[in-house]
Amino acid sequence: MKVLRGTGFFPFIIKRILTSLLLIFGMTFISFCITQLVPGDPVAANLGNSAYSDPEIVAAFEKEFGLDQPVPVQYLRYIQNLSDGNLGISLSSKRPVIDDLREYFPATLEIALIAVVIAMVLGLILGTISAITRDRLPDQIIRVLSLTGVSMPTFWTALVFFYVFFFLLGWSPGSGRLDPGAEPPPQVTGMFTIDAIINGDFATFRQAFSYLLLPAIVLAIYALGVLTRFTRASVLEILGNDYVRTARAKGLPELTVIRRHVLRPALLAIITVAGVAFASLMAGSVLIENVFSWPGLGQYAYRAAVGLDLPGIMGVSMVVATVYITMNLIVDILYRVIDPQLRKAEQ
Amino acid sequence: MTLLSVRNLTVTLMTASGPADAVRNLSFDIERGQILGIAGESGSGKTMTALSIMGLLPYKGKASGSINFDGEELVGFKPKDLRRVRGKDVAMIFQDPMTSLHPMLTIETQLTEHLRHHRKVSKGEARARALELLDTVKIPDPKTALKAHPSQFSGGMRQRIAIAMALACQPKLLIADEPTTALDVTVQAGILKLLDELRKSQNLSVIVITHDLGVLSALTNRLMIMYAGAEVESGPTSQVLTRPRHPYTQGLIDALPDSGANGKRLIAIEGMPPELGKFPTGCAFHTRCSFARSECKSGTPNKVDIDGIRRIFCTVDPFDTPAGVNR
Repeated sequence: MKVLRGTGFFPFIIKRILTSLLLIFGMTFISFCITQLVPGDPVAANLGNSAYSDPEIVAAFEKEFGLDQPVPVQYLRYIQNLSDGNLGISLSSKRPVIDDLREYFPATLEIALIAVVIAMVLGLILGTISAITRDRLPDQIIRVLSLTGVSMPTFWTALVFFYVFFFLLGWSPGSGRLDPGAEPPPQVTGMFTIDAIINGDFATFRQAFSYLLLPAIVLAIYALGVLTRFTRASVLEILGNDYVRTARAKGLPELTVIRRHVLRPALLAIITVAGVAFASLMAGSVLIENVFSWPGLGQYAYRAAVGLDLPGIMGVSMVVATVYITMNLIVDILYRVIDPQLRKAEQ
Repeated sequence: MTLLSVRNLTVTLMTASGPADAVRNLSFDIERGQILGIAGESGSGKTMTALSIMGLLPYKGKASGSINFDGEELVGFKPKDLRRVRGKDVAMIFQDPMTSLHPMLTIETQLTEHLRHHRKVSKGEARARALELLDTVKIPDPKTALKAHPSQFSGGMRQRIAIAMALACQPKLLIADEPTTALDVTVQAGILKLLDELRKSQNLSVIVITHDLGVLSALTNRLMIMYAGAEVESGPTSQVLTRPRHPYTQGLIDALPDSGANGKRLIAIEGMPPELGKFPTGCAFHTRCSFARSECKSGTPNKVDIDGIRRIFCTVDPFDTPAGVNR
């Protein structure tokens, strides 16, 4: 493996991807252990009362899902399912978990992506304005707003927004992903907007987009508050650097100073927070998905947890962990794109 | 010809305990092609003087009085007009070249961005000028250096690059704030020599700010000594250093390691320089001065003119003898 011993950008990426895979594998073990420790009987949770009182049905159920096997064997069986790519059979939907995830995950990914783009762009702009107008009116307004964004409970924001923009104003088409009875576009990514574009169906795209905008905005609000406050802090910190004074001493327009000399180093810190914020958006969308009846990962996770659907829970934690690990990987790569010193240091 | 004329400059900074004057009623002139040295301990207001000329005072800092640069009044200038002068006609180099260059931008960007902004030259012209500048400040292999980042250079090289940046738009005035303090002694001499060469070849006026009198003696024509935000003594460098008239200047010279004979103990000035906002009344130096009398504690110190080219601010004027200090 010559490439692994090399230094520089590409060997770095390959090494990082390999360690990420190891991390995901380790994660399966930990989440398996945790699901084993959870008190509760999945058989009781999934079979009705009358079926549960029939020992034959219970035995058949346990046999079908491997629950009669010793724990290490169950883990091996899980790894086997993992390598087969079906992640086991869900106890509640009776389908391979991978099929469930394929259906629910893109729905969440879609609103989370839009939310993180909204939060990133607005957070950067508002945080920077806040920092450069420090202690003056715009700064104070932005600081109050971002504090409000951070402090409002998400489920409450979701309800208020739903009430105002759907019920009162009628700007939003309501809950769900498409009009009732509308045909979803052929699945490629599972994200309706993107699939609609791929299919060239712009009417469906507009419809899907209008449905996802409100939940995405609600989801963005919390992350926006966090990112605005963090951007303000890092821009203020960078503004105190000697090299910013040097840039100002050159008589450059303030916008150039901010854009070229301040935002670049500030981005390094902001991207880290944005990566974590994105991953937590995905994990934390449960309540919002409930309010908007959004058939996403949050709803699926909730059902899997209530039903003690172990393969389902494992599947969800696997997806969430993969998202976290992937975001970290992307952040690490972006670091090197933004900061040439890091790239050079590795050569 | 006078290039810069500063009159009654007062700089007020915001401190934790309210506004405080960091520079008090300062007046001085610089002629074209002249090097002025400003010396004093930390906190004496040297850097704030420089930053007020640049219009770069820290957050909530304010300058009053008059700064006339080449016919234009800089105090009260709009930020937009200040930016037109800054970097083009007045340039500044800072103390620590490890932090004053941007770590993520190439040398080329940092050398040419203000050139392109002020002089509206093309990218190619700017690059040619950048190569020329790097050559002027004696950076080996300018072509490779343009593509590099500051981390690839030593401190002395970085300060040379900072000087090249300052010179890019051919300024009339260069302000060097402790340009050699952060550098090795061996590198210092090279930087000082470079500054002097540039002054000669480009008819540049230079303000050198330092607490190192040795640096000033080698480089400057005129010298101004500051204490607690105000001038205590000024005059031609050689006269001020060989025949100081103010007790504080005398103290600074006595504190130089090589001033006395071999084996003689170093003499430090008693006490500590006062903190911003806690400057003593009267002559600020009276709390540390061995010649102080009761009248030094209030009012302003007497201004004493000496031969029309020197002045001190001292009510006592203890060294007023024909031979200067009698040692």
